[in-house]
Amino acid sequence: MTKVGAPEKLIVNGKRLDGRKFDELRELKVKAGIIPNADGSAEVTLGETKVVAAVYGPREVLPRHLSEPDRAYLNVIYTMISFSTSERVRPGPSRRSVEISKVIKDALAPAIFLEKYPKTKIDVYLEVTNANAGTRTAAINAASVALADAGIEMRDLVASVAAGKADGELLLDLFEPEDNFGEADMPFAMMPRTKEITLLQMDGELSKDEIMRLVEMNTKACEQIYEAQKAALKEKFATEKEAVQETIENSEGDKQ
Amino acid sequence: MIQTLKPFMAALLAKQMREDGRGVFDYRPIEIEVNPIPRANGSARVKIGATEVLVGVKMDVAKPFPDTPDEGVLMVNAELSPLANPEFESGPPGPAAVELARVVDRGIRESHAIDVEKLCIVPKEKVWMIFVDIYPMNDDGNLLDAAALAAMIALKKAVIPKYDEKEGQVLHKELTKEKLPMKALPMLTTFGKINGSIFVDPTRREEKALDSRLSIATLEDGTVSAMQKGGFGTFTQKEIAELLELSAEKGKELRKFLK
Repeated sequence: MTKVGAPEKLIVNGKRLDGRKFDELRELKVKAGIIPNADGSAEVTLGETKVVAAVYGPREVLPRHLSEPDRAYLNVIYTMISFSTSERVRPGPSRRSVEISKVIKDALAPAIFLEKYPKTKIDVYLEVTNANAGTRTAAINAASVALADAGIEMRDLVASVAAGKADGELLLDLFEPEDNFGEADMPFAMMPRTKEITLLQMDGELSKDEIMRLVEMNTKACEQIYEAQKAALKEKFATEKEAVQETIENSEGDKQ
Repeated sequence: MIQTLKPFMAALLAKQMREDGRGVFDYRPIEIEVNPIPRANGSARVKIGATEVLVGVKMDVAKPFPDTPDEGVLMVNAELSPLANPEFESGPPGPAAVELARVVDRGIRESHAIDVEKLCIVPKEKVWMIFVDIYPMNDDGNLLDAAALAAMIALKKAVIPKYDEKEGQVLHKELTKEKLPMKALPMLTTFGKINGSIFVDPTRREEKALDSRLSIATLEDGTVSAMQKGGFGTFTQKEIAELLELSAEKGKELRKFLK
């Protein structure tokens, strides 16, 4: 191991450097409806990783040649804000962000009834505001809540998390030191209702058996994330419902 | 047009058949040509059916990355030139080109196929940079596997140019006899899925009808070094378990071309 800055050990006394158990998710917060201008939006915080998602559309397709006659054109743009990492990120697309945008699009598309919105465009903008590993999976969680918040018809929400291997142990939801100095990382997403897998990437060295164990670990965590996503949407719409009721009550009061 | 292609492909696959008469888990015929480009440090031309990819390796000396001061650097790049496919456009690399390069890169990098520590000349100062450039010549589908195979052959056959330490210059025209230090031979296998039927090595027409795609890089001992799912469809847990088995088998077949 010649990497600079690597901690001596990633697992100390059977615990991870941040004190978590091997199959423990970092603290998760999901909030829907945070950007008033957007048709749908969400913020997901997973430990120190923070992502904001905004959905615009279905709207007119520009440039027009991208328009598809039988379904919506899904546009996903993942970016990191310049001060979201230890070393400043140069703004604008990079090879990494172009690839991640593509895999996120492939992870979200199976859940959206794109065929219900022909000749339109659905834009999903994802900004990583603070990066501490697991940004693409947090972005998927935020994006699917934002899509639902926008009222776009979906088969299911998409829940996403990464698991990997560090110091020989299989770990859920790697944070930065484990991601940088560990042996493998496997980002994953699924539609929890049917358990269909919509994102699967892996880099590192793993046996087939280890991969299947990580799939299991991710599946369980996705079910937990799914509950938080649904709760966030319910909370947002409950608040909206209250506001509407209040307006109705007030206007009735005016009449009397 | 895609709407008519997909039911046709799906109907064939449901009967375990394919348009070109192949079995669902058969590759098209593979042909390789080693070092077709004399100016490159190493090169390979791989044909899988009508798909043809040219990969070249060039080397140079540069400063290492600060977090890996005594390791050589691998850079994989893909250029989807419009000569290879009527749908490719010139200009900066789009998502397909970037994904192709990065999936090939991860298969090699994560398996530690190149012993990058042996590519250090002066720690923190000078290391070898290995540029692997992928140029499809004809895209009839599955550029991923063709490019990954060509990249491994080109790397394995590459020779390091002479480095003049006094002048701090690479003498590109004088090659040494030294080969790149290789430790593993990752092989990439790509599966497609249409209406629930899974098959290997999709053609361009099959790619147009695909729901989803899964690429798996495996090593000699069956270890997996990279995976990537693509497309608007999904995979089940059971399918992934099966494809992990199959990819190791297919990897063995492909590895024979590295001899």
